[in-house]
Amino acid sequence: MTRTIRVGCGLGFYGDTFLPALEMIKKGSVDYICFEHLAELTLAILQKDRQRNPSEGYTKDLVPMLQACWREASAKGIRLISNAGGLNPRGAAEAALAVARELGIKARIAVVEGDAILDRLDEFLPFHHMETGEPLPEQIRQRALFANVYLGAQPIVEALKTGADLVITGRVADASLFLAPLAYEFGWPFNDLQLMAIGTVVGHLLECSSQVTGGNHGGRWEEIPDLDRIGFPIAEVSEDGTVIITKTPDTGGRVSFDTVREQLLYEVHDPRAYITPDVVLDLSQVRLSELGPDRVQVSGIVGHPPPERYKALLGYEDGYMGQAVIGYSWPEALKKAKATEAILRRLVERMRLPVQEIRVEYLGYDSFHGALADPAQAEHLNEVYLRFAVRTTDRWTAEQISRMMVPLALGGPPTASGSIGFDRTRALIGIWPALVDRGPVDESIRVKVLEV
Amino acid sequence: MKLKDLAFSRSSDKGDHVDISLFAYTEEGYRLIEREVTAERVAAYFAPLGIGAVERFEVPSIWALKFVIRNALDGGASRSIRADNQGKTWSGALLRIEIQTHSSERSED
Repeated sequence: MTRTIRVGCGLGFYGDTFLPALEMIKKGSVDYICFEHLAELTLAILQKDRQRNPSEGYTKDLVPMLQACWREASAKGIRLISNAGGLNPRGAAEAALAVARELGIKARIAVVEGDAILDRLDEFLPFHHMETGEPLPEQIRQRALFANVYLGAQPIVEALKTGADLVITGRVADASLFLAPLAYEFGWPFNDLQLMAIGTVVGHLLECSSQVTGGNHGGRWEEIPDLDRIGFPIAEVSEDGTVIITKTPDTGGRVSFDTVREQLLYEVHDPRAYITPDVVLDLSQVRLSELGPDRVQVSGIVGHPPPERYKALLGYEDGYMGQAVIGYSWPEALKKAKATEAILRRLVERMRLPVQEIRVEYLGYDSFHGALADPAQAEHLNEVYLRFAVRTTDRWTAEQISRMMVPLALGGPPTASGSIGFDRTRALIGIWPALVDRGPVDESIRVKVLEV
Repeated sequence: MKLKDLAFSRSSDKGDHVDISLFAYTEEGYRLIEREVTAERVAAYFAPLGIGAVERFEVPSIWALKFVIRNALDGGASRSIRADNQGKTWSGALLRIEIQTHSSERSED
């Protein structure tokens, strides 16, 4: 009989709930759970944490997640893989070790390091922009917050070989987190592109947690049951590469042809060439079959050789956003909000505020679809909110926007109310993607083991 | 009819680009959207929002089209000052498109 491994997703982003992971540990019969904490920008948040306190720089949800889940996972022999390490995988591992002591469980933690390259960026210059080909300008480098390479699954396989119960990484390609336990368990060779493609499609389908089990579903979304207790996805994978997508039993949500095809194409750009460090996926011949309730088989995935170089992402400080939001009721709600916009524009000009961009949106009317919103509704709005946002190079200028909005509650058009969004000044982050040679990165990858 | 009656959609960002998937509810619906929702049409439709080039990809085995709309997010979600800085609602905007059907196609519905 062909051996089968069940891999689940425990988290889809920094901020996701970990209660479904707990349900999965109790009822999902899984062998591995992978936790994906790092969106494109999460490292910028973690850099600020680390600047304040050098022992931080990993995602803070790791500790409560382990406190809630680890004892039962450990008792059942479920191994956990997490990229919560962020900019400080070692710090995350130390924190995890403290949790193991607190819970009184035996634990072996393997840490993957080597993705962070900001401190050694000289080796990778000119760091050409991946799309424009432009070399990294010095003034952007000086404002850099982080620079990390998207590693593949191989270092995680090495980490699993140490017998670790918990693997902690920094930046790795999201799908590689899930490919790794499959490659490790089945001994799949990394030059078998077909098997790499299958493991990677599993990772791609699972990495956004509930987005494949009926969450954020664009189709008949109101028919998806019990989103208040939505189950997270599980892949049942056989040694021969058969893949079935399902979810924790007795939970909300749904796994169907519609939910799986929707996540399959999510953010992939060219479906014939979805690029990861392990393999380039061709999804264009995919077959999805509903085998039963909440069980969808995935086949027809093709693998091509991975790119010669790794993708790296540098994030840099790129100014500030200041904004203020204020609402107006019927009658003439939109007309009044537009009058306030005009007042604010005049104030910005009179104060000679050095704003680089002004963006005006009317929440409840056109804030999402802009010029494509239906203008027939403009005259009949029950209420509308003005959102007045600016881009600036300094924080002080950005903060002036909400200050100049406050007096307009009494001194502007009538029925102003519900003012929200004051003090929402936000630092903006520019991103600079580049391709880097694998050699110097691979030479610096280290797997370290901590035990209690 | 509106595209919303034939298909559903999900969109998001990758760097400065908006990535929209469009899924027909039926095989007949896929043939219609494949014919009607061209890259040129989508480019013209979103032009008022300030966008770069539009590319279309087809995945007929799951009745799906993919649109990549380049340079649409002011340099990317993290430096955009839009309310929808990740392009999550562009899927809904796309579904407003009017689809022309021939009389024979209507009688099938």
